[in-house]
Formats: sequence, C-alpha cells, structure tokens
Amino acid sequence: MSKALSSSYTPGPPIAWKKILLKWETLLGLAVIADFGLNTYLSPYFLNPWTLSDASFNFTEQAIVALPMALLIIAGEIDISVGSTIALCSVAMGLAAKAGFATPWLVGLGIFTGFLAGCFNGFLVTRLRVPSIVATIGTLTLFRGIAYALVGNGVLKSYQPDFAYFGQGYVIGPVSFEVTLFALLALAFAVALHKSVIGRRIFAIGANPVASRLSGIPVERYKFWIFALLGATAGLASILLTSRLGSTRPSIATGWELSIITMVILGGVSINGGQGSILGVVLAALFIGLVTFGLSLLNFPGIVLGIVTGTLLIGVVAISSALGQSGRRRRS
Amino acid sequence: MTEPAFSLSGITKSFGGVRALVRGELELFAGEVTALVGENGAGKSTLVKIMTGVYQADSGEIRLNGQPVHIGSAAAANRLGISAIHQEPVVFDDLSVAENIFIAARPRRHGVVDWAQMYRRAAGILAELDPGIDPRMLARDLGVAQKHLIQIARALSNEARIVIMDEPTAALSHREVEELFQIVQRLKREGRAILFITHKFEEIFALADRYAVFRDGAAVGSGLVCETDRSSLISMMVGRTVDQVFPKQDVPIGAPLLQVEALSRGEEFADVSFTLNGGEILGVYGLIGAGRSEVMQAIFGLHRPDSGRIALRGEMLNIRSPGEAIAKGIAYLPEDRQSQGGILRASIGENIVLPCLSGISHRGFVNRRDEQALARRFIGELQIKTSSAGQLLEELSGGNQQKVIIAKWLATNPQVMIMDEPTKGIDIGAKTAVYRLMGELVSKGLGIIMVSSELPEIMGMADRILVMRRGRLRACFSRAEATPERIVAAAADA
Repeated sequence: MSKALSSSYTPGPPIAWKKILLKWETLLGLAVIADFGLNTYLSPYFLNPWTLSDASFNFTEQAIVALPMALLIIAGEIDISVGSTIALCSVAMGLAAKAGFATPWLVGLGIFTGFLAGCFNGFLVTRLRVPSIVATIGTLTLFRGIAYALVGNGVLKSYQPDFAYFGQGYVIGPVSFEVTLFALLALAFAVALHKSVIGRRIFAIGANPVASRLSGIPVERYKFWIFALLGATAGLASILLTSRLGSTRPSIATGWELSIITMVILGGVSINGGQGSILGVVLAALFIGLVTFGLSLLNFPGIVLGIVTGTLLIGVVAISSALGQSGRRRRS
Repeated sequence: MTEPAFSLSGITKSFGGVRALVRGELELFAGEVTALVGENGAGKSTLVKIMTGVYQADSGEIRLNGQPVHIGSAAAANRLGISAIHQEPVVFDDLSVAENIFIAARPRRHGVVDWAQMYRRAAGILAELDPGIDPRMLARDLGVAQKHLIQIARALSNEARIVIMDEPTAALSHREVEELFQIVQRLKREGRAILFITHKFEEIFALADRYAVFRDGAAVGSGLVCETDRSSLISMMVGRTVDQVFPKQDVPIGAPLLQVEALSRGEEFADVSFTLNGGEILGVYGLIGAGRSEVMQAIFGLHRPDSGRIALRGEMLNIRSPGEAIAKGIAYLPEDRQSQGGILRASIGENIVLPCLSGISHRGFVNRRDEQALARRFIGELQIKTSSAGQLLEELSGGNQQKVIIAKWLATNPQVMIMDEPTKGIDIGAKTAVYRLMGELVSKGLGIIMVSSELPEIMGMADRILVMRRGRLRACFSRAEATPERIVAAAADA
C-alpha cells in the first residue's frame, strides 16, 4: 500500500497560473516600454519631465479607483456606480464649500460621502442579495440623479485657493501630489492583497465563495467592506478631480466606471474573480495613460482613443478566456 | 443457451490518456434483468454512454440480436430500440408530460406535430404506469418518482427492446421503489432486456436475474444472481475482502465530546439529540433529503437552529458562524469536494492553510515559511501524491483532492470532525486510505461524525449508527446490532 502511495507523482505540462500572470505582467511592462519609446520617437515634445508629469494627470485619478476596484472584482463582485459616486461626492463638497466650510472639512466630507455610497452598494449586495451588477446599475443612475437634483445644470466653484493643491500641486519638482498619492496607495494595496491574510481571503472568496464560507471566512462582511473602501476611494478621487478642475458640475466623471474597469481587466484581473494582481493593474493604467496621451500629442481625435481602448479590452478578455479554456481542457 | 439480445465485447475507451474502459464485456437477454455493479469509477457510466451512442468506443464489438451494429449517436440508439433512464431524470420542466415522452420523435401529420395523437398516445402509455398523471401537465409539477416514470414512458413510447436504468432508485422513497420494481417486472414479462445499475445489494437480489461486475474499467465477473451471494459480489467489485477495505481499528471510546439536544430548524429537521464520544466514529445514515447535512451544517454554524442546545466537553456553545465553530474545534468536511470543499485553482498549500490563516500569520501578514512547513507536513502525513505544495488542487486526482481537504481541517486542530460523504466519488484505494486516516484520528481522541449514504461504509467504519428519516432521528444501532435490513428499514418511509 505505502509503496504504491509513495511512488512519485508525475505532473502534467507545467502550467501554473502564477506563471501566466507573471507573463501577462511582463507583457504589459514591455507594452509600456514600447509605447514609451514610440511616443518619444513620434513626438519631440514627449520626453520632458513636465510633459510626462502632465501626461500622468489624465489617468492617475482613475487608476487610484482601479486599485480597490481590482479587490472587488477579485472578490467576485463589481461596482459600476463609481463615476456617479465621484459626481455625488463632488457635489457634496461643492455645496459645503458654498456654505463656507474650510478645505479640511471638504476633504473629510468627500471621502465620507463616497464611503456612505459604497456602504449603500454593499448593503444592497450583501444584505438584500441584489446581484452587484444590477445593484450598481441602479445606484449609477441614482447617485447621478441626486447630483443633478442638487445642482441642476449649475456649477459650484466657491472653493478656497488651498483646495487646488490636491489636483494641481507638486511634491518635488515635476512630481505631482496625485502621482505620489497613487504610488503610495498602489504599494499599500499590493502589500495588502498579496502578503496579508485579508488579501489571501479576498482571493479565496472570489475563487470559491462557498468553500470560503465553510472555511470560516465571513464572506459577506468582506464584500461589504470592499464596497465601502471602493466608495471612500472614489470620494478621494473626487477630491483630486474637483481640485484639478476647480469646479463641480453634476456631469463630472461621466463614463469613468468603464475606463476604471478597463484598467482592472487589462491588468489581468479575471472578471470571474479569484485572480489578478495590483502590479498588473498599475501597469495597465500606465499603458492606457501613455497610449491616450501619445495619441493626443499626435493630434488624433478623441474617437480614436475610444477605438483603441475598446480593442485592447476585447483583446485581453478573449486572450485570457482562451487561456482559461485550455487550462480547463487539460483536466478532462 | 439462448442468444443474448444485446452484447458488448472487448470494448475499450480512453479519454486523453485516461483509460475509462479496458475490457467492457456485457450480455443482456430478452425478458431478463441484468444488474451492473461496480464502484464509482469502475466504468459503468462510460459503458452506458457507449450503449446509448453518447460516446463511441475506441475498439470492440456491439451486437444486437446477433448482428453487429454501430451506435453513432443518441438518435441511432433510439432507432435501434435502446432507451436509457438516467439517475437524475432528464426531463424538461417547461414542457408538458406528453411532449416529454415524445421528445425524440413527436407524432406528425402533414409535417406538423399531431397534438391530438400525441396526447392520446401519451395517455395510453401513462394509463399503464400511473393513471394520475395528465399528459397535458407541465413536467415541473411532477415529483421525482413521477419524473422517472416519464423516462420509463419514453422508453415504452419508442418500443425500446433494450432498457437501461442507471441507479433509478437513488432518489426514491421505499414505496416508490416498490412501484418501480413492479414496472420493471412488467417490462421483463414483455420480453424486453433490462440493464439495471445499482449500488444497493438488496435490489440486486430482489430484482435481477443476472449480474455483471465491473472494476477499474474491466468486466471481472458475471453470472446468475441465484448462484452468488453478497460477499462474493463485494469481493469482485473491490478486488479485496471487506476487512481490507474497512480497516476498522479498535479504539477505546472516551468521554462525551459533543452533545446535541433537541436541535430543530424549520422544515429541515426537528428534535435531533445525540452524543458523540471521544474516539468514536458515529455514522449517520439516511436517504437523500433526510436532513442529515442540514443538522451537521447547523452544528457548524452555517445555519442557525431555531431551538436546541449544543455542548462541547460540557461547555454550552452558541455558534453563529463557521469561523466560531472552527475556533471551538469543530471541523466540517462538506459533501461536494469540488464546489464546497476546496478551491480548485489554488495551490495545495493555499487550500490547507485557508481555515487557519490567522494561526500562521504575524500582524496580519501570512508567514510563507510556516505555510510551506504546514503543507509539507500534511503532504507527508496523509501521503498526498503531488509534485510540490505549490501544485494546483485541480491537477490532483479525486482521492488526493479529498486528502488535501481533510488536511485543511486537520490543520485547525479539531476535536470534532464532521465528514459528509467523505469517500464519495473517489476510487477504492483512496477510500481505504481515508478510512485508515479516520482510524488514526479517533485513536488520538477525536470524535468523528460520518454522514454517509453507503451502507457498507457505515457498517464497516461506524461504532454507532444513527438513522435519520424526514428530519428526525429514527434509530440508533450499536455496531453489533446493526444489520443492513434494520438500517434500511429505519431509513425508509413507512
């Protein structure tokens, strides 16, 4: 008996998901470098610290929201209301600024409004059992609707001068506050997701919620808090965006949910949950930012940008599901 | 000797290097019931799928009334008069009973479905089976037993000469089984050849004329049922004697460990009381839907019971979640290994440490070295066949997957281990390894509750056997008192 059992197991063809992910991230890294080189070659204005710093503004705010969005999608849920959450937070801050509140209050209010919006989504999904795609389609319209109801077609812009720092300030030289914040947050999220017990459980929840629950993980509680975290981060992004624009309109950040989800999926996070990495999401954000900025430097119209991002997204999902299927076929 | 109505010889079938059938031999005779028996993975379902045209054999010969035939598709099997009744009724809920019966070929006139004729013929067939079923009813409104009747009616509608029944009694009550047996007797009298697949020996001896035993993809024995007995069938099935399959150790029974008193929850179960002692394997037997898993899940904190008390070593427990149950030293090995037990896409190590992550972490961060050490320890102790702790769970065989999931629970240092169908769908070698492991665990003072639908396993391993029926405990037998007849009688609906 023991002789038969101790005979060595011959593994199948060595495919490990980690390896594929690693490859995916290598691929993304190469794509970033290639696009960097291409932009340098095509435009004489590109390779300049200040140009690059300018380039970062068009994606950092979205990339910051992509970090908790990656957590949520890995845990097997999705939130498409984030653009509207950003608008709602901006309106809340705009009204508070109009009422004369100082900048620290606005920051707190922005994050808190986003947190409440996230908690509401989390409540709908984990308590009332509304599928997250349905719940957040609802709140997508609801939050945007509230924003319009509060402001109409007006503009709120009674912000104090010091509020401009978040979206327009620089820490050292051309290194903006936004980029610094994104780098710190990305590091924190990467450590939390890939090294901590919490991160390990998030992966488990996305890969198999039933087995996770039976292993003692409070699945619903985890999901609720990721929704809340995502909402609060959307509030933070709203501070940055509002500060950069210097004003609030209820139409602010329309369609951002799609750009943010695109970054996450392009970064190699499985839309079915259970797989992905923060490094991939960061690289995807960089890549999308570079491509978009490069195209605009070359005076391509905005429509071309849409075509490029759309094609990228479809390509990625097709490739990853083809890989996933070959993985499954191997088992039969 | 009469010529067989249907015969298969030298059938082989492989799936990507895995040989499911190496020597498929089977003979069916008109007017006789042949019982096909074998452990899970013996190749029975592959054989059935070849007979019904779902799979094509790699080699071998199929003869119908002495003539070689080729069964290229399910439709071809139908035309040849081969009809199968599956374990899970293949019935379309949103179609009427008549449409379900004539699903393969509806009566037509002028190229359109002749509804009047279809209902008339369906009513004619049903009149013999169960006059209570209206052909115009939606299949959704039928019970499980009636859905089986629909499948039988389907076999009758196309004048099937060869009727295959794949564990048709698995989900039926005692009375429904008897009705089914009467129908089988009638099919037999009508001269049809019947293949009856079952795990239940009592059914073989009550119903079958002949038997055929499969093991590891090969026919290992066949003959007349009246010339064999239970133990020789078992030894043919498993290729070894019962003692070798169930390595029951003598372990002294210790003090009461888990006490459950008057546990009730909604419609699921009521007034369940029992005591599990240290060093004891407590078997829980019952039919599907008897409420066994529900009781166990309530003990594990997955669902809150409405009333009742649970105590561990005399301490009253108020468990509100699986996390709290694990902290108290209760482990629950769920019934479905792949969907509930483990995470297929995660590594062996990640699976093993999942319930005890906080134990191997420091300030919220996972200690990789401890994780590796723990995984390697269990791979060694449980003899899990793998290349490394980093190998994905989905790449392991069923038996080794189950060992990983058992390891995951052992890593939480449980006092009480609840095992729900611990050997379902794993091969006989792995089963014996699991049984041996259970023996080692109880010898260390653990208590094991083993929920099982397999009588040989319950009788082979349990020190005491609880029998549940319709959400209530109906009987408790000691190892000495337990006989298959008494257990089955207690489990069956009166």
